[in-house]
Amino acid sequence: MSDRVTVAKTYKLYIGGKFPRSESGRSYPVTDSKGAFLANAAQGSRKDARDAVAAARKAFPGWSGATAYNRGQVLYRVAEVLEGRREQFATEVAASEGVALKKAQSLVDTAIDRWVWYAGWTDKIAAVLGSSNPVAGPYFSFSTPEPTGVVAVLAPQQSSLLGLVSVIAPVIASGNTAVVITSQDRPLPAITLSEVLATSDVPGGVVNIITGRTAEIAPWLASHADVNALDLTGAPESIRADLQRSAAGTVKRVLRNKASEDFSVTPDLSRIRAYLETKTVWHPMGV
Amino acid sequence: MAAPTTLPSALADAVRDESSLRRFLHGLPGVDQVGVEQRAAGLGTRSIKKAAKLHAIDLAISMVDLTTLEGADTPGKVRGLAAKARRPDPERPDVPKVAAVCVYPDMVKTAADELVGTGINVASVATAFPSGRSTLDIKLADTRFAVEQGASEVDMVIDRGAFLSGRYGQVFEEIAQVKQACGDAHLKVILETGELVTYDNVRRASWLALLAGGDFIKTSTGKVQPAATLPVTHVMLQAVRDWKSQTGELRGVKPAGGIRTTKDAIKFLVAVNEVAGPEWLDPHLFRFGASTLLNDLLMQRRTQLDGHYSGPDYVTVD
Repeated sequence: MSDRVTVAKTYKLYIGGKFPRSESGRSYPVTDSKGAFLANAAQGSRKDARDAVAAARKAFPGWSGATAYNRGQVLYRVAEVLEGRREQFATEVAASEGVALKKAQSLVDTAIDRWVWYAGWTDKIAAVLGSSNPVAGPYFSFSTPEPTGVVAVLAPQQSSLLGLVSVIAPVIASGNTAVVITSQDRPLPAITLSEVLATSDVPGGVVNIITGRTAEIAPWLASHADVNALDLTGAPESIRADLQRSAAGTVKRVLRNKASEDFSVTPDLSRIRAYLETKTVWHPMGV
Repeated sequence: MAAPTTLPSALADAVRDESSLRRFLHGLPGVDQVGVEQRAAGLGTRSIKKAAKLHAIDLAISMVDLTTLEGADTPGKVRGLAAKARRPDPERPDVPKVAAVCVYPDMVKTAADELVGTGINVASVATAFPSGRSTLDIKLADTRFAVEQGASEVDMVIDRGAFLSGRYGQVFEEIAQVKQACGDAHLKVILETGELVTYDNVRRASWLALLAGGDFIKTSTGKVQPAATLPVTHVMLQAVRDWKSQTGELRGVKPAGGIRTTKDAIKFLVAVNEVAGPEWLDPHLFRFGASTLLNDLLMQRRTQLDGHYSGPDYVTVD
């Protein structure tokens, strides 16, 4: 008997909890670090991005309205499913990033721990970033953090899983919904993450994952009037300034972290804080 | 039975009495279900882009019957809707105004006062909308009340129970009497195609409504699913086209309910052009009964002109 022929995969996008093909019908080959064929990924278009924003907007009231405790539980569940797929992630990270399997395994472990770290923050954000304010008047004044809305995330180009997790988790932990453009040349761990999200308790539309050319899709997200914030981490250097300019057209929050960010160190709260607004309430008292 | 207008002899024969009406309606050719669905789906794939799309959007806006038919309607909400009808996108005065505002009879006066001199019609549902389950007297009183209050268009529902049990004469009589009660007001006859089950029934109901004097035939109340679908609208467009070829009169079609996106609206416009003809691409002969559609049309319009996607934060909440 001859050797078994492996089943080559052609992946699809992850939008609104479903796995649609790209509206454009395009796909592109994904190779490992040495140029060997791994799989075909869907090459998303601006219309896929538009659909993803609509899905994220639709999911926003439910996700931001869920209790922080509930969001935490959902994120812990994702970590459990991630753990179950540890081997698959390690293989994909090793192939994508060209690192040894042992190193890849440690990257996957750090990524899962990172997810748990952010999951733990969900019900603590309000206590840490909120406040009761001393005011000169018969009012009880207090401030609470509120999620910004729909966040467009350009995922890091190099760190295909740890970097990806480090940019998605802080967005959704506080109740935002996300449209993610994956690493262009290393999308496989992101695709597997979408399968994890689809099979855990995350409501459809909270995270939408689009594979394809970052430079092609990013400008449409930067100018989209229904996107509230933009993470430039994975943006190509050549279009960063343009993206910021068009994001200013609809006063988006823009996170300008460098593409060279080191994701191996435990982060601080800055990524969570970047996608939060402050709501202050003045409540009359003593009458 | 009395024919509402002078009809060619074949049609005049049809309305002579109940049995000839039945013979006529059952003599209509059957609808090829697979064929009409395939044709509707085929026309739905037409690609309308750029300048043509912008033109289609403006045309669709001018065809909207901006509708609010909820138990929770208030005069304030109707006034807000009227303001939106006059100036759909306040930042862009070149956006055409809508065709009409459609409300319940008790809100007609509020809407009419707001729309004086604007050229926007006030449409009112009547005849025990949406079920149509009441006596003829009450339905006529309902219609007269709406017209007295200032409605220039009346949307009536047919008695689907009577239609489905084959009492065509009764349905005919009801439509004819409501038409009389309307006076100068335009009459739109709601067939509620979601309850008529087959395309053959839709065709019969369309002809029945045209024979009885309806100025428009309208798909649905919006309260029953499925509401306006493309194939059903195809069948109705064929009816008005055939009506014109037999009588020379132009009658209109109004799909209502379930049309929420610009893409859907453009599919309907393509169907109008291809099935009935370009003559019907006119707010006097084709309307959209819709509430959320208008916002999507405005957002798409902005997208076309601004070169980037717009969002619901930039249109009114209603």
